[in-house]
Amino acid sequence: MTTSPSPTAVDHLDLLESHAIFIMREVAAECERPVLLFSGGKDSAVLLHLASKAFWPQRLPFPVMHVDTGHNFAEVLEYRDEMATHYGVQLIVAKVQDSIDRGRVADPGPLGMRNRLQTVTLLDAINEHNFDAAFGGARRDEDKARAKERVLSFRDAFGQWDPRHQRPELWQIYQGKVNPGEHLRAFPLSDWTELDVWQYIERENVPLPSIYFAHRRPVIKRDGMWLAAGEFVHPQHGEIIERHMVRYRTVGDASCTGAVLSSAASISDIIHEITITNVSERGATRADDKFSETAMEDRKREGYF
Amino acid sequence: MDAPIELLRLATIGSVDDGKSTLIGRLLVDTRQLFDDQLDAVAAASAKRGVGDLDLSFVTDGLRAEREQGITIDVAYRYATTPKRKFVIADCPGHVQYTRNMATGASTADLALVVLDATAGLKEQTRRHLCIAALLGVRNVIVAANKMDLADWERAPYDRVNDEVRELGKRLGFVDPLVIPVSALNGDNVVEPSAIANWYEGPSVLEALEGAAAGSWSSSNSGARLPIQWVLRQSGGGRTYAGMVNGANLSVGDEVTLLPQGITTSVKAINGVPGNGHSAAPGLSVDVDLPVDTDAGRGDMLATEPFPSVTRELAATVCWFGEEPLIPGQRLRLKHTTRSTPARIKGIDGVLDIESLTVTTTHEVDFNEIGLVHIETSDPLTVDDYRDNRVTGSFVLIDERNNATVAAGMVGHVEFL
Repeated sequence: MTTSPSPTAVDHLDLLESHAIFIMREVAAECERPVLLFSGGKDSAVLLHLASKAFWPQRLPFPVMHVDTGHNFAEVLEYRDEMATHYGVQLIVAKVQDSIDRGRVADPGPLGMRNRLQTVTLLDAINEHNFDAAFGGARRDEDKARAKERVLSFRDAFGQWDPRHQRPELWQIYQGKVNPGEHLRAFPLSDWTELDVWQYIERENVPLPSIYFAHRRPVIKRDGMWLAAGEFVHPQHGEIIERHMVRYRTVGDASCTGAVLSSAASISDIIHEITITNVSERGATRADDKFSETAMEDRKREGYF
Repeated sequence: MDAPIELLRLATIGSVDDGKSTLIGRLLVDTRQLFDDQLDAVAAASAKRGVGDLDLSFVTDGLRAEREQGITIDVAYRYATTPKRKFVIADCPGHVQYTRNMATGASTADLALVVLDATAGLKEQTRRHLCIAALLGVRNVIVAANKMDLADWERAPYDRVNDEVRELGKRLGFVDPLVIPVSALNGDNVVEPSAIANWYEGPSVLEALEGAAAGSWSSSNSGARLPIQWVLRQSGGGRTYAGMVNGANLSVGDEVTLLPQGITTSVKAINGVPGNGHSAAPGLSVDVDLPVDTDAGRGDMLATEPFPSVTRELAATVCWFGEEPLIPGQRLRLKHTTRSTPARIKGIDGVLDIESLTVTTTHEVDFNEIGLVHIETSDPLTVDDYRDNRVTGSFVLIDERNNATVAAGMVGHVEFL
């Protein structure tokens, strides 16, 4: 045998990246019609970057889908379209407004929250396109229900998650067999933390929408969160519009995603802020998780991301 | 550049109600891994259910049913960082009904953190979990002898479980298990040393976890293996073979054999190694270029010496999770690395008796039993003994009626002392 060159030192980001790529290749090989769910948020940005690495130099063997609540940050839509072009992927947009127009869900009104309605739009789109697997950027450190979920998470013919009867998932054997009408959610970032995601974005120069960095914006304080004042959020009784330097820690529906006060202009500033914060990512930014103790579990059971 | 911080993957194991989730809750709270809003949410949930100011088990028991019933149903994964280490913690259920979920959590662990009730001794379910952890190849265990507050910190119950654990540990092949007297409820010896247990001079649970060997999961006695996942078409017409390396480093210039075809070739180039290196360590996803165009595809494997065996017949040890018993003649689908094949149970030698650790001759394997079986497959498999390589020595069995994963399989028949 020849003398082997010594292997390059491998750090935890290398291993997380390799594991995510492994999962993507397994799902792409075992499932007939996967799709990658892309919200324009940082986790889906990392997911798309990883997918492009997993199949390089080929194009992605699956399309990308945005479930659009209609309550968008303009910067994020612009970014979404740029990324589709940049990676040369087919972009499907599934609109909550279409679900409302078709009478699939009740119209919550111009200022009502649309986050939960996305589930119907998502499941309808999965049926319509016959997708049998959907990649999502969810991480187990985000929420206590997500902490319980498998990397490949089975959904029945109604799109439901049953946390009491998950398939055993041993070693790194990912088995993705489903019957027609059923599907899988695949979470390649399961074991990544918020900090891992930011360190990876910094290392790989993953492009992000500008709202992740500090900017001055009119905001309204509601339930302890800073919501962007504008088309989707109007001041209610006693609320006032203030102007602050803020950034977003997550990107979701503009009517229920809060900003955090920040002067972080670069990724290294953001990493510094994350290492000293005492509020969790969803705690700081998601109004819809505050409704009940098991808000995420309840939404997930119905088929949410 | 700083030395990379080592990552330790651990799984909690042991019987229901002995305090696994409470211990992990305590560990996370006392090392300040929880954000304020998460801690507030745990306090609010505790108050709502009338279980005190802060029920620490709610840190990981996040499902509605878990909190209602006060048990863990499925594994919770939590992430912790101390100045010395990163941890991935799989907090596993103790209830016998959810043994499949415990096996899920333990199958990727470098170390098992065994939690037992020191006042009750070593229960059957704890023995079962220790057996399964040993079968899964976990060699490093740390034992938290919990509920020492209920034993008034008397030394006798600790000495008793210490002896029991050491004796069993020797038979199961664990590396010198450390037994730590703790009170998860009060935090003694979890992060900070206990002021009460003056007869114990060893480390706290956290200190022991920070000092334990990391990365033992991927240790192996085999050569390099690359199960092919996907064939990448390169611009200009060539092909490369993508997959995750396991077993040993795979390097440019290595002589490799494509299996099961048995074609010997060499590694011309490896893409995807950090820093454009020429040698890929286990755990890295890469793609490999071979000098000649070979008819290789998904399910095939590249291997260096010592070589795996190519076979259609396996002697295997299985943890059976099917609700109906496994019987000879049964047909299932088998997934091994990146290859799936129809399989048939050719014979059953017996099941492992948890108490005596000997094999009882039977002709079926019941729910949650460990069976020694013979399996025949339609396609040839390229396998190592599980004790030599956890990736190429493991497989799952799938019930084709509902696609449920019904068994964790390990190549080779287990033997204990």
